[in-house]
Amino acid sequence: MTDNERAPEFDETTPHVDTVLPAPVSGAEYDEPSPVGTERGLIIETSEGAQELFPRKDTGSEEILREAGAVLRLPEGVILNGDDIDIEQTDDETMIINMGPQHPSTHGVLRLMIELDGETVLRTKPIIGYLHTGMEKTAEELTYVQGSTNVTRMDYLSPLHNELVLSLAVEALLGIEMPARSDWIRMLMVELNRMSSHLMWMATNGMDHASTSMMIYGFREREMILAFFEKTTGLRMNHNFIRPGGTAADLPDGWEDDVTIICDTVLPRLDEYDELLTGQPLFRQRSEGIGNLSAEEALALALTGPLLRSTGVPWDLRRAMPYLRYDEVEFDVIVGTFGDNFDRYSIRLNEIRESIRIVRQIVEKMPAGDYRVQDKKVTPPPRGRIDESMEALIHHFKVFTEGFRVPEGEVYVAIESPRGELGCYLVSDGSPKPYRMHIRGPSFVNLQALPLMMRGGLLADAVVACSSVDPVMGEVDR
Amino acid sequence: MTTAVEGESTSDAPVPGAAGGSSARRQRGVAPEVLFVTREQYVSVIGGLRDDGFEMCADLCGVDYLTHPGRSLPDGVAPERFEVVVNLLSLSQSRRVRVRVQIPAEDAVLDTLFALYPGTEAMEREVYDLFGVVFTGHPDMTRILLPEEWEGHPLRKDYGIGRVPVQFKGAPGPR
Repeated sequence: MTDNERAPEFDETTPHVDTVLPAPVSGAEYDEPSPVGTERGLIIETSEGAQELFPRKDTGSEEILREAGAVLRLPEGVILNGDDIDIEQTDDETMIINMGPQHPSTHGVLRLMIELDGETVLRTKPIIGYLHTGMEKTAEELTYVQGSTNVTRMDYLSPLHNELVLSLAVEALLGIEMPARSDWIRMLMVELNRMSSHLMWMATNGMDHASTSMMIYGFREREMILAFFEKTTGLRMNHNFIRPGGTAADLPDGWEDDVTIICDTVLPRLDEYDELLTGQPLFRQRSEGIGNLSAEEALALALTGPLLRSTGVPWDLRRAMPYLRYDEVEFDVIVGTFGDNFDRYSIRLNEIRESIRIVRQIVEKMPAGDYRVQDKKVTPPPRGRIDESMEALIHHFKVFTEGFRVPEGEVYVAIESPRGELGCYLVSDGSPKPYRMHIRGPSFVNLQALPLMMRGGLLADAVVACSSVDPVMGEVDR
Repeated sequence: MTTAVEGESTSDAPVPGAAGGSSARRQRGVAPEVLFVTREQYVSVIGGLRDDGFEMCADLCGVDYLTHPGRSLPDGVAPERFEVVVNLLSLSQSRRVRVRVQIPAEDAVLDTLFALYPGTEAMEREVYDLFGVVFTGHPDMTRILLPEEWEGHPLRKDYGIGRVPVQFKGAPGPR
């Protein structure tokens, strides 16, 4: 680390990809890498080059100001006050440490480079990409039918939201009208998924606050919902249940009872969480006033979901730009005031309650009808028809080999995932495969808030601030 | 490069590319407005939109149209290989607008939106990483998802997908 050289100055006038590309680790070592195992070799092996945070001695005072602005993800003058930064500080007083990529508190393979003065965080830089598997490239090789198997693996804590946003985008390009029951089934599934995702967050956030009981409780409740998912979709995660044209299957018999039992069980347990955490002086001291964000900062950084709502902006796509049948159910948008960790905790806790409210309404209002659109070109025929009808067999074969063709065009669809605005930008060239599929992952964007939330705080609070962003690395790296 | 701007930020005229049909009406998350701007207009048009109440830049992504050059574009917009698509969101008006800008392959450069929307920092790095479009004025134009010494930009259409050779599957080409 200490031997790293500063990246070449980026010239703002001329584009020169080549000068940016090489890693700033000095070239001689690159040509003849030190043997693996030595400290020097290890540094080269694990270096992320210019993506890393550099020590102050390699950075000029103006550069530190600028870089602090960049690291804080804000241009000078907007939020960051130049006087706040002690540019005289030398490396003797500060230390850059690595947190991750393998660290239990980073919720996956997130690497944080943190500059510390004692225990105070000065600069932070998240370094991502350790889970990058090129899923957007893969999506261009898969048909629209196969697409949801791919996207469901992005945000693995809310897979059904990923499937939903892709399906909505494909259906918008196809211009097909969905049957009412399929919309309501989808709503039921994504609301249950929101509950399971938030419960999982409650569990891990409790763990980051050193509450191991919360860890166990959160997973216990989530398991009930996953059991229902397994009964309905066949899988606990990565369901591939919501597909372009409807859902894979109808709900199983007795689903109303299952769902009602889940609601009746989880709701009183949320009150137990209140006793365990919400009223706890220790928990409140560690979460109130920690990781503050303002509404201007949140909007400037394009933060969405609980992060944005915690700053007092009442923005929920289910309310503001309703999709499916969210305009036909009653629920409250939970909004915070201070933009701190405690607000984000309260928002997620109460969003579980609101999801329970929505699920109960869905149980009452679920209409009869088809669970997928009756369009032979999009939906495979039911199994029974294949034995009777040659056309059904042909359609079945065509849908699963070639796929269906989607009219040329491009569309951007966004839904409210547990983490914020989950968008899908889909370009079709008229073939059975998407020409380009881009997923706007809320975690990817929300992670930009991390340097801002951690700045000036203690290292112990950095762990909690990271948890409070709720990043899912599968979605960040895609 | 032409200077056609399809539709003004205030016009509600139907625009090419916007999905029709009743599903699009029900799902109001679908962007109803698409603007085509040149690279010269790019920052000023988006700055104007920000002043018009588009507080958030929800998304910024790239598209490589190498193998789909004949896409439908409004009159006056010359297709180029790359396109950067910016999705702006107005919370006060519950409205979205999409800005598409054409970028030629031989000069894949675009001005950064960092000064207008600091949240585009990571998104522009992603476009640079995966498409090789350089954003001038960006404070930290490094790769974000791939290692720094990676060669090539994977989401370009002429970048092959990786393939693991499998015995007994002699068919050429992926899958």
